[in-house]
Amino acid sequence: MSRIPATFERLTHTGRKALIPFFSVGDPSLPLCVPIMHAMVAGGADIIELGIPFSDPMADGPTIQRSSGRALKNGVTLRDVLKSAAQFRHEDGITPVVLMGYANPIERMGRERFASQCAEAGVDGVLVVDYPPNEARDLGKLLGPRGIDSIFLLSPTSTESRIKEIAALATGYIYYVSLRGVTGASHIDPQDVAHHIARIKAVAKVPVGVGFGIRDGTTARQLAEVADAIVIGSRIVEEIEASPINDVPASVGALINRFRQAMDA
Amino acid sequence: MKIYDMPDQEGHFGPYGGTFVSETLIAAIDELKAQYLYYRDDPKFQAEFAYELKHYVGRPSPIYHARRLSDFLEGAQIYLKREDLNHTGAHKINNTVGQAMLARRMGKQRIIAETGAGQHGVASATVAARYGMECVVYMGSEDIKRQAQNVYRMKLLGACVVPVESGSKTLKDALNEAMRDWVTNVQNTFYIIGTVAGPHPYPMMVRDFNSVVGRECLTQMLEMAGRQPDVVLACVGGGSNAMGIFHSYIPDESVRLVGVEAGGEGIATGHHAASLSAGSPGVLHGNRTYLLQDSNGQIIETHSISAGLDYPGVGPEHAWLKDTHRAEYVAINDDEALHAFHTLCRMEGIIPALESSHALAQAMKMAPAMDKDKILLVNLSGRGDKDMATVAEYSGITF
Repeated sequence: MSRIPATFERLTHTGRKALIPFFSVGDPSLPLCVPIMHAMVAGGADIIELGIPFSDPMADGPTIQRSSGRALKNGVTLRDVLKSAAQFRHEDGITPVVLMGYANPIERMGRERFASQCAEAGVDGVLVVDYPPNEARDLGKLLGPRGIDSIFLLSPTSTESRIKEIAALATGYIYYVSLRGVTGASHIDPQDVAHHIARIKAVAKVPVGVGFGIRDGTTARQLAEVADAIVIGSRIVEEIEASPINDVPASVGALINRFRQAMDA
Repeated sequence: MKIYDMPDQEGHFGPYGGTFVSETLIAAIDELKAQYLYYRDDPKFQAEFAYELKHYVGRPSPIYHARRLSDFLEGAQIYLKREDLNHTGAHKINNTVGQAMLARRMGKQRIIAETGAGQHGVASATVAARYGMECVVYMGSEDIKRQAQNVYRMKLLGACVVPVESGSKTLKDALNEAMRDWVTNVQNTFYIIGTVAGPHPYPMMVRDFNSVVGRECLTQMLEMAGRQPDVVLACVGGGSNAMGIFHSYIPDESVRLVGVEAGGEGIATGHHAASLSAGSPGVLHGNRTYLLQDSNGQIIETHSISAGLDYPGVGPEHAWLKDTHRAEYVAINDDEALHAFHTLCRMEGIIPALESSHALAQAMKMAPAMDKDKILLVNLSGRGDKDMATVAEYSGITF
């Protein structure tokens, strides 16, 4: 079993919701990846989503596109992502790590090899934006026995039958996309999110997180009342862009801490 | 003849095709699939489509026997399927008429499109004007520079052309940006994809709307030559004109099918757009197909003199036809395409699109080695008016 269920169990006991930061491995540099992860944990992160850089990030807005672009410019590959995860796991045996990205780098490595390397690196979950369940059944079958969760997205456009289908397959947690749009968009509607999360939670066997467009502590706190986890992505990338490179771990850690405080208040 | 009924219900052509999209688009794609399958079998829809193709597009497009060119080459007879004579100057209008009719029936008032050379953008802007719909066209800023006239045509037709500055600033990035628009405005927006790529049902649907090309050829070749051609040739970027002319010929295995990719400066230089000739399978833009990618699965930048072929992927049905050896795929370099372009201008008084010039160049390569009673049918998918600036620049001429 992955470290994800135990993490949510601990949070339930303390009455808190999970804070899940996302950033691209290699942004702003590959050597800073693991220090950023540790700073996130120190700031109050419960699970870390590591972005696998891709040349054509179709579901991402301009901020994460830029982030992915910088990582690629730094020569970062899926192998580097796995190495960073492994190094982090060597130093932190508790915090779950989820890899998030697009299908093609995984296709290129080969699904079987990817699954076994994830297991070796101590990865806990995998979320592939453009692998809907009917195209990724065999990846789930490779990950499951290795104790790695298959994390799926649901969205405002998901039908009832789709929600049931995904709920039956998802392990770890379900990632609810808060809005119709790309990452970093700014038209999130907390009431609409609450309505959809209630629909999902009625059938889900695993916790339900929410992400896309959560930019401030107030929104995070509002959504934490209905969801089990809050995912922050573009806002972190903006912090990376705004900080001198050597200050990035500290300033990202401080940003996470501000979200933590807001959610726990 | 064998029965050919690809793709399967989930849009797979063997291992290729499929629906590799993010969750937000799944409902829209399911709806599109259901609606298309319904209207595909609806006689009223098909009658209206046929009427539009006849009276608005100007179909059937003729087949022309290029006698001077054939005599000059002293080999096989070259016939041209004149898609360049369609309204808007290319085959692209066949598909946009079909998809716009579908959009109207689905109650979508806003259409979006991606474009490379601008032909699909113009064809989309045209049908949007024809049906009174809002139209937004995404176009790489590099392509906007290369195809300024088509950009102006789209604006004249009332479309909003959005420059795309991300990635390589060409067709693939325009497709990414159109997908991002679609995911954001999925409730009121219909995405008219211009080629036989994208998630299912697009590869099948775009092929079906373009397959009028091959169906006409079956009749016209009998009338003109008393038989079907020995070889059918078409250029392949995404591959919509090629699927359009190939589809009717797939069951007849006595007809060779040759797809011609953009060899750019030569395959060996790495500056090309020949996904089938030099790529490997992967997942991009909603389907599994051959891609130009590096060893880490990143999509690499492509090069072609013709913006319409400058794409690192290819329709999944072509990937399947390649693997099953039903079609052959070759590459023609920029200079060979230019040579064919000039030859057709001078010998037949026809100015072909640079895209179509690739198919023509391959026919000109093959013809001399074949007997004079053999027939090569080339899909002349578009006219070259849009390419004046590019060709002039290569010839060292500035206006």
